[in-house]
Amino acid sequence: MSGRPGILFFLGVGLIVLFAGFPFYYAVVSSFKSGSDLFEVTYLPMFDLANYRAVFTEQPFGRNILNSVVVALAVVVLSLLLGLLAAYALARVSFRGRGLLLATILSVSMFPQVAVLTGMFEMIRAFGLYNSLPGLIVANMVLTLPFTVWVLTTFMADLPRELEEAAFVDGATPFQVVRLVFLPLMGPAMAATGLLAFIVAWNEFLFALTFTLTNDMRTVPVAIALITGATQYELPWGNIMAASVIVTAPLILLVLVFQRRIVAGLTAGAVKG
Amino acid sequence: MTAALRLSGIRKTFGRATVIRDVDLDIEEGEFIVFVGPSGCGKSTLLRLIAGLEEITAGDLFIADTRVNDVAPAKRGVAMVFQSYALYPHMSVFENIAFGLTLGRHDKAAVAEKVRAVAATLELSDLLDRLPKQLSGGQRQRVAIGRAIVREPRVFLFDEPLSNLDAALRTQMRGEIAALHQRLGTTMIYVTHDQVEAMTLADRIVVLNGGRVEQVGAPLDLYRRPANRFVAGFIGAPAMNFLPVAKLPPAWRKGGGAVTLGVRPEHLILDPEGPLAGTVKRVESLGDSHLLHIALEAGGDIVLRGQGAADVRSRQAVRLGADPGDLHFFRDDDSAISRA
Amino acid sequence: MVQARIGLAKSGLAKSGLASQKVRAALWFLAPMVLALALAAGWPLGRTLYYAFTDATLSDMADHGFVGFDNFWNPEWGGLFGDAKWWRAVGNTLVFTGASVGLETVFGILIALVLNRPFRGRGLVRAAVLIPWAIPTIVSAKMWGWMLHDQFGVINDMLLGLGLIEAPIAWMANSATALGAVIAVDVWKTTPFMALLVLAALQTLPGDIYEAARIDGVSRLRVFFRITLPLIRPALMVAVIFRGLDALRAFDLMYVMAANNADTMTVSVFARQQLVDFQDVGYGSAAAALLFVLVAVMTAVVLTLGRVRMGAAR
Ligand SMILES: Nc1ncnc2c1ncn2[C@@H]1O[C@H](COP(=O)(O)OP(=O)(O)OP(=O)(O)O)[C@@H](O)[C@H]1O
Ligand SMILES: [Mg+2]
Repeated sequence: MSGRPGILFFLGVGLIVLFAGFPFYYAVVSSFKSGSDLFEVTYLPMFDLANYRAVFTEQPFGRNILNSVVVALAVVVLSLLLGLLAAYALARVSFRGRGLLLATILSVSMFPQVAVLTGMFEMIRAFGLYNSLPGLIVANMVLTLPFTVWVLTTFMADLPRELEEAAFVDGATPFQVVRLVFLPLMGPAMAATGLLAFIVAWNEFLFALTFTLTNDMRTVPVAIALITGATQYELPWGNIMAASVIVTAPLILLVLVFQRRIVAGLTAGAVKG
Repeated sequence: MTAALRLSGIRKTFGRATVIRDVDLDIEEGEFIVFVGPSGCGKSTLLRLIAGLEEITAGDLFIADTRVNDVAPAKRGVAMVFQSYALYPHMSVFENIAFGLTLGRHDKAAVAEKVRAVAATLELSDLLDRLPKQLSGGQRQRVAIGRAIVREPRVFLFDEPLSNLDAALRTQMRGEIAALHQRLGTTMIYVTHDQVEAMTLADRIVVLNGGRVEQVGAPLDLYRRPANRFVAGFIGAPAMNFLPVAKLPPAWRKGGGAVTLGVRPEHLILDPEGPLAGTVKRVESLGDSHLLHIALEAGGDIVLRGQGAADVRSRQAVRLGADPGDLHFFRDDDSAISRA
Repeated sequence: MVQARIGLAKSGLAKSGLASQKVRAALWFLAPMVLALALAAGWPLGRTLYYAFTDATLSDMADHGFVGFDNFWNPEWGGLFGDAKWWRAVGNTLVFTGASVGLETVFGILIALVLNRPFRGRGLVRAAVLIPWAIPTIVSAKMWGWMLHDQFGVINDMLLGLGLIEAPIAWMANSATALGAVIAVDVWKTTPFMALLVLAALQTLPGDIYEAARIDGVSRLRVFFRITLPLIRPALMVAVIFRGLDALRAFDLMYVMAANNADTMTVSVFARQQLVDFQDVGYGSAAAALLFVLVAVMTAVVLTLGRVRMGAAR
């Protein structure tokens, strides 16, 4: 606002960074400690990869990661595909009931997950999808589709009308307009929305916990939550921290790289809506 | 004689607002028609109705004797050049021009040949691989025109295509569009704010006001015989002077219910014997001509345009006159009393 | 209009103008999305609401009878309204929502104000602030669970080192601190979201109001309360409402940090425990349905208020 930032200001900045970054830093430090080292609090890292090895050998963690990747990617692709088409209709075509539809979609993004748990469980079992990845993909769409539609709609509404009209005069069908004219221009918006959807699906816990049964069908969050030790009271914290670091590091990298895009997507969804 | 385009009782409403009111218009094959009118009068809307970008509320639109009210834009045989150019930002110049052709099942080589031919006539041959953002305003405009030409339309539609260009480029592009019309001989409908564009390009001008057609005619006809006060004031720059007849000396009166006299600045002359007296308020020199702003003794202001440099000064008392043949008279309802 | 057009299409009288072509395309474009949402949200929700009035069990959901409103209120065994555990969960949920959203808002504004000032390395700091948001809730829960460990936790170590406590505290085992600890972790995790939204709002403010205020010699605190806060209020309200609705359904954090511990149990955790652990689909669905109704009513109120205000602004 005014004046040059003083010492106090930078102290505040330092505190914010410490507050935000320390827990992850400490998880990294802990993940490199094994055996009894773990039970002594230290603040500087050492490098013992034993926990990382253990994570992959003591449970199908590689498989869990693969599951998470498959589910998250499928959810992203499906959400973007359905979302893009719907966004064209919602942003570019005036029809009766459009406002109501938008409001409904927004409300669905507010659904408590437990409210669909019973029905979803019944449906997933009926389709024979219990303890399978397709079941999780369907379930995750509840979480990602509404905001994907919403954010893409706000972005789509901002594209110039003349582009679409030029394409119609050129003889394009609505589908061609979406595919050949709008889609290439929506790249940044798709990236931002896709990233958000990926993070949501990657982090999803309740559905994955409820709709899977066996270790090799679990996704990463469930696998981490259910890592158990020899006894109920002695959780293998080193393994848990190693697993946590493994699944978090890529996300943090993504966030650091795509910071601007993510912020654009988040604010488009929330502020403009 | 069949019209290239026939508008019959065309009306357009947006919600409760009527934007186009019962427009009737016949456009002949090969004509260059210009729509002019004040901002918001419905020029773009009328053009978009013809293009098929807006739905016609009432009335019939015929292109080459086929009713096209419910025909999709692409099937009407029209091509449109937008004010903002509306080039596809992610496609090269080549792809932009070829876009419409590649949508159909066209032979690739034939498309390329056609695009190259069009590009050559517009001097775009060296720019085919560039993206729109790498082009100047004039070049973008040419690409937009190329995209229209390549479709070989029956009717070209232009919506203020030159308004984003600077003055020099505008003059040049105006010439190119005129040349294009001569070469292709295709019907063109052109929307503009710019009087000079309208006067120089048009075979016939359509003056719109508040969604209604005020007058249709050749540029000089509109200038010489405006049908009403609106057209009289709209065509010509600086605008026609209007004076209440009641305040005028008898020499400038006329019967038949005339309440307003109109006289163009360029038709007024300084004349010591002239019927009007006034004082020069301001002199504007334009180089080849000059404008005198004169406060009349009888009340009101008037503008005179003279050739060359002005030989009067501010605050000087002057008398004005005009050839009676250059006077226009309007009735109470603003309609013109027709002149010989 | 849409229906009329469908009617036309069926009778073969379809118009082919652009507007009708677009409306027809819109129907096709919307169909997959609407279908997906109906399948993944609408139908399951309907079933949940249905089961809330039955005595279904998880082992055989098909075999169930109607029990009316018994799951909600029953003079003999109580139902939800007579269930102290449920009331406790409702209380926890409300406390959790109020406290965490309140703290996040305050911290979010503070951080946003700091990040809104230009200084070297601001981009890096902004990225660092995003880290907690990017970390999966489960991982946050585990990380903090380890940091809050009663014997080996780094939090106790720090507090002991600073002389703030005498003996290690069992944060999660102690009913006085468990909910507080969960709230703290949620604040840590979600403050970045708030800060970013506030920052985005701050950055839309014109700089010259501040100039004017500075020339008038108004103190910074007053500038904030008199000028900044009223201007960002609409954006802030949106963020608070979103977060509030989100917090009402919280599950992951408390479930992973404290499982089904009654001290931290929210309505979502309660419902899932009934549904899955106790296999009582009827009772659990009733709890889930009540939560849904609460959230739905609040969403509807917010949407209506928002529309009314938008209408007034026009
Ligand atoms: N989609 C629309 N919905 C509602 N009103 C519209 C719409 N499009 C145009 N209008 C209104 O119709 C009137 C005519 O607009 P139009 O764009 O045709 O004017 P114009 O003559 O082209 O003006 P300009 O010279 O400024 O381009 C305006 O009052 C405008 O506000
Ligand atoms: Mg216009």
